[in-house]
Amino acid sequence: MYQYDKHDQAMIDQRVVQYRDQTRRFLAGELTEEQFRPLRLMNGLYVQIHAPMLRMAVPYGLMSSTQVRKIADVSRRYDKGYVHFTTRTNFQLNWPTLESVPDILAEFASVQMHAIQSSGNCIRNTTSDQLAGVNADEIEDPRPYCEIIRQWSTFHPEFAYLPRKFKIAVIGSEEDRAATRVHDIGLHLVKNHEGVVGFEVLVGGGLGRTPILGQQIRPFLEKKDLLSYLEAILRVYNRLGRRDNKYKARIKITVREHGINHIRELVEAEWVQIREQLLLDDKEIDRVKNYFTEPSYDAEAASDESFAKMQTEDAGFAQWIKQNIVDHKVTGYKIAYISLKAPDVPPGDISAEQLDIVADLADKFSLGEVRVSHNQNLLFSDVKQSELYALWLRLKEKGLATANINTMTDIICCPGLDFCGLANATSIPLVKEINERFNDLDYLYDLGDIKIKISGCMNGCAHQSVGHIGILGVDKKGEEWYQFTLGGSSEADASLGERLGRAIPKDQVVDTVETLLEVFKDKRHEDELFLATVRRVGVDPFKERVYADN
Amino acid sequence: MQIIKDREIVKDNWLHLDNDAELTAGNITVSLARWQEQHESLEKHDGALGLRLTGDDPLEEIVPDLAKFSMIVLNFAAFTDGRCYSFARLLRDRYDFIGEIRAQGDILHDQLFYMTQCGINSFEMANQNHLTDAMSAFDDFTESYQTTVLKPEPLYRRR
Repeated sequence: MYQYDKHDQAMIDQRVVQYRDQTRRFLAGELTEEQFRPLRLMNGLYVQIHAPMLRMAVPYGLMSSTQVRKIADVSRRYDKGYVHFTTRTNFQLNWPTLESVPDILAEFASVQMHAIQSSGNCIRNTTSDQLAGVNADEIEDPRPYCEIIRQWSTFHPEFAYLPRKFKIAVIGSEEDRAATRVHDIGLHLVKNHEGVVGFEVLVGGGLGRTPILGQQIRPFLEKKDLLSYLEAILRVYNRLGRRDNKYKARIKITVREHGINHIRELVEAEWVQIREQLLLDDKEIDRVKNYFTEPSYDAEAASDESFAKMQTEDAGFAQWIKQNIVDHKVTGYKIAYISLKAPDVPPGDISAEQLDIVADLADKFSLGEVRVSHNQNLLFSDVKQSELYALWLRLKEKGLATANINTMTDIICCPGLDFCGLANATSIPLVKEINERFNDLDYLYDLGDIKIKISGCMNGCAHQSVGHIGILGVDKKGEEWYQFTLGGSSEADASLGERLGRAIPKDQVVDTVETLLEVFKDKRHEDELFLATVRRVGVDPFKERVYADN
Repeated sequence: MQIIKDREIVKDNWLHLDNDAELTAGNITVSLARWQEQHESLEKHDGALGLRLTGDDPLEEIVPDLAKFSMIVLNFAAFTDGRCYSFARLLRDRYDFIGEIRAQGDILHDQLFYMTQCGINSFEMANQNHLTDAMSAFDDFTESYQTTVLKPEPLYRRR
């Protein structure tokens, strides 16, 4: 993975010094809350219901075991001994004190981690495919470009005070595991008809209260033009994006109001003027690529027979393999998901003790690296199949072997009314109820892939608009009600879910989920997936049954 | 009033003329509206001329007139409004404006580093009591990854 040189390190060290002084000035009354707010946000610090929340960046979801140990250490010393991983592959400390944040940032800077631009109206952490570099279908590894974008966007002097937050995601294969179509900019590595690899550029995607899918602004962009094109989009947005209404300030609204063709004309006109000044040198691409070279895989790994044998001997292991393991591009290696969706834990949460174990196991089994997925799970990207059984046993001991990846209990959920000042309704307790109701694993496996996403307000942090089943909390005269949508997806076939009907009271939410599943089972053709059934039969059969009793 | 100019605290020798204020000799700045209405008389003005712009103003329209101004003042109605950062870069990089570019309005010392990188070289600080403290902000960072007005080559060419 990328290693800081003296320049990278100096910048994050100087950032800590700068923020320490800003915190001091705020506490001394030299900065008002209003003046301090954007400064703390650009260092990841929110002030929420119970306490401040600090969001640390995990660039493109990649961490070393050393970094994971540091997360555990900091969460013990400065917080309550756990952290929460987010849908943009960052993690959050939920209980730090405002005064201790400069010290926390200094701790993380010592292992090349930062909270720079993890919030605020600026360019956020660039995210990517959690299977980057290890999946067989890849056109090219997207991570070097993510790192190049990370550097370009870090402290970009022109784009620190944008109309609204700005998120970029990059993928290198046709399958979209990074929800690029719901990002402000989505970049897809593609090969043109001459066999040259470049980027397809999408712009204007986003969720929140007005969910919109990104549209193609350029079918093919040469790699050398990556930064100039991004700069052109950002400059057009910085000048044109609305600043009169924060709900209309995202680039998705700019694109919708002006039309993609007009935005394209503006961007291209800007781009031709700066293109030559911002050429990305091959030398720089190669320098960064050198940090993501393929490890020397063991040629003998494929000859292992124990992997198949242990699956026949241990049904629990076989189930975990079936659900949590995906193929690696090198035969004899596998990619192992560590579910952070255990039934009794809020989705995405992990304890300090578990983090330490994950770090140790990463060193022992997966080249010392850990990845975070958009679905808020962790994964080991390079595990020899012969070692999976030993790995599984260790994970199981620590409650980290929940075999539910992509099942309906692998839920994406926001913190909700229990933690968040914006929320209208709770979300985590619903996840718990769903887990209690659907605790028969065979039933879950039979249902196949179902993505449930639950947000406690229309800001939509859990991306409910693109959930196969989306559940959105709304406030009705002080009571919590929930609006269902069906048939959304954030993958390559991205679509926005369709509303099921009027909102449903809290005590009927889990019953409603059950009814939806019954309709699915009735309408399903053989092993058809939930999303396919919804797309084939439409929302009406579900609607009829859910509202039949009323 | 004291301002920060080219990293020094100096006395301001400009007068910002309101739209209805009488024209006086010496260094004056006017709004875009006044310039558009009275450019013929203003061009004969005895003293240097500066133009005040806000993020709402159409930057490109004044480009043909740029040579007539010794200073462009960029007004930040709120420090969270970043449009004038793009204005400053365009004035320097694209329109080759070599005069003074001044930031005015809701400016804290926390914005000075970025503003300088974008080509702004003088600052009317909201808080006159902390000018010396504010000066340290120019050195918040020793390097920048990007191509900026101060560093026309990106960091990766210097690695």
